[in-house]
Amino acid sequence: MKKNMNKNYFEVLRPGINSTFQDNGRNNFYHIGIPFSGAMDNRNFLLANTISNNEINNPVVEFAYQGPKLKYIGENISINVTGDVNFKIIRKNKNLEFSCYENIILENNDCLDILSTNRSVYGYLSIGGTFEVDYYLNSCSTNTKAKIGANSGEKLKKGQTIHLKNIKKILPKNKIEYLNSKIENIRIIKGPHFDYFSKDAIDSFFSDEFNVTKLSDRMGIRLKGPKISNIKNTNIKSEGLVKGVIQITADGDPIIMLSDHGTIGGYPKIGVVISADYDKLVQIPPGSKIKFKEINLKDAETIFKLYEMETQNLISNIK
Amino acid sequence: MIKNISNLGDAALYCDFGTEVNKEINRNVINYFNNLRDSNFLGITNITPSYNKLVISFDLKLTSFAKLKKQVENLELKKNNNSKNNLIKIPVCCAEEFALDIKRLQKLLKINEAKIYETFFSKNYYCYMTGFIAGMPFLGDMDKSLFAKRLETPRVKVPKNSIGITEQFCNIYTFESPGGWNIIGKTPVDIFDNKKNTEPNLINPGDTISFYPISKLEYEKKYE
Repeated sequence: MKKNMNKNYFEVLRPGINSTFQDNGRNNFYHIGIPFSGAMDNRNFLLANTISNNEINNPVVEFAYQGPKLKYIGENISINVTGDVNFKIIRKNKNLEFSCYENIILENNDCLDILSTNRSVYGYLSIGGTFEVDYYLNSCSTNTKAKIGANSGEKLKKGQTIHLKNIKKILPKNKIEYLNSKIENIRIIKGPHFDYFSKDAIDSFFSDEFNVTKLSDRMGIRLKGPKISNIKNTNIKSEGLVKGVIQITADGDPIIMLSDHGTIGGYPKIGVVISADYDKLVQIPPGSKIKFKEINLKDAETIFKLYEMETQNLISNIK
Repeated sequence: MIKNISNLGDAALYCDFGTEVNKEINRNVINYFNNLRDSNFLGITNITPSYNKLVISFDLKLTSFAKLKKQVENLELKKNNNSKNNLIKIPVCCAEEFALDIKRLQKLLKINEAKIYETFFSKNYYCYMTGFIAGMPFLGDMDKSLFAKRLETPRVKVPKNSIGITEQFCNIYTFESPGGWNIIGKTPVDIFDNKKNTEPNLINPGDTISFYPISKLEYEKKYE
C-alpha cells in the first residue's frame, strides 16, 4: 500500500556530475570528524526554498557544473532553479525555456534537463513540497565521504527514483529578479600561522594572482600560483579547521577548505575567508584567477551584517 | 588553562592551550570542550578539540567573536567533567595481507616483526582527538622504539579499519581514505557506525584504548 502512496516522483535519467541532497548543514559534530556540509551557496539555497514557499531548511538538490536530467511522474507540482543555470523542460517533445528564480509548473511526463551552470559551479533545485529523504544527525545533507545523509550518503545515480511528499495543492507563483555577482578579490582575515611565512611570501600572497585548479570540490579549492615559502615549519600539530580557512601545503600551495572539509588538519593556516564572501567564493569555477585582500575583523563583521541584510531584503522581495 | 584566545576568521575562536603534546594539556582541552558542550552559549555551531587547541565555531548571525570570547573567559569550569573516560578494547588482525607496512617498519626500526607487535600490544593508548575523517581516533603515545616517519608518498587508498602508526601516534582508518601512516594490521570492529543516529563514534577524546591480537580465523568470524 505504502508504495502506491508515493505516486509523485522523479526518475533520474542522468545524474549530473555531483548532484546531492543538501539542507542548512549539520551542526555540532566536528569533534567526531563530521563536517558541516549543507548547501555550498547558502544564499541561493535560501532563495530556492523561499520561492517554493517551503520551510527555510527544506532539502534541495544541489548540482555542480552539469545538473541532472529528471523525468517527472505525478500531479502538477511547482519547481524552481536558483543560481546561474541553463535548463529546459521537455514537454511532449517540445523544448520549453525558463528562467531561474521563478516557479514553474511541472506536469506528468515532463522532463527537466539541467544542462549547465554558467561561469559558476553550484545551482539548486527546489520543489513546492518535500523530497522524501533520510536524515542523519539532524540533517539530510549528503556527505559522500562518510556516506551519511540523504540517498545513503551517495550522489544521485542513474535510474534511481526520488519520491516526493507534501506537494503543495496551491502552486506558488513566486519569483524574483536576481543576478549573481562574481568576485575575483577574496577578502581574508589573517590566520594563526601568518608568521610562518617569509615577508616575500606574504607580499606575493596578497599581490599575485592564483589559479583555481580542477582539483576543487565540496571539500576544498586547490590553488596554483607563486609558491608561498615557509620559514618555520611546513607542518603543525593537527588542529581544528573551519569553512573558508586557507592552509598552505608543504609544497607551498594554498588550499581553501570548503563545506565538506576534513575537520582537523596539519598545515599552517595563513588566513580565513570572511563569511560574507563564502557564497561567492564557492561559485568560482576552475580556470578562474583570484586575488586575496586582507581586512580586519571589525570590517569583516560589518560586511557580513550588510550581506545578511541584503539576503533578508531579497527574501522579503519574493512575491 | 587557555593561554590565549584569538579569532580564526570572523566566525570562530582559536583557543591556545600551549605547544606541547601531552595528556595533561589535552585533558584541559577536553575539559573545556565538555564544559562548553553543557554551557548552551548562544550561537556555537561546532567545538573541535585537538592536541593542544580548541576551535569554537559560531553563527555570526547570532553572536560575535568579542561576545563569545568574554563568555569563554568567564566560563566556570566544573571539575571532573571527563566522566566518560572509557577503556575500550580493540581486536587487531596482523595477517600479512593487512599489515601493509610491517616489512618496511622492520627495516626502518631495525626490530623484528614479533618485537614490534609485542611492544605495540603491551601499551594502553590515550585518545587525544577524533576527526579528519568521521570517527578517526588519534591515539598515543607509542613506545619510543616504534617511532616511524610517515610514508614518503602517501597511499591513495588505505583500506577501511586499518591500524596505522606514525611518530608518537597510532590511529584507525574509519573509512577508506588517502593516508601516509604505516599500516600494521586491521580490526574487524567498525569504529564509526554510520547507521547509528546517536553517538556513532566508538572512541571519543579522553578514552583509553588497548589493542589485542586476533587470528585471521577470529577476524573472519567477527566480520560475519
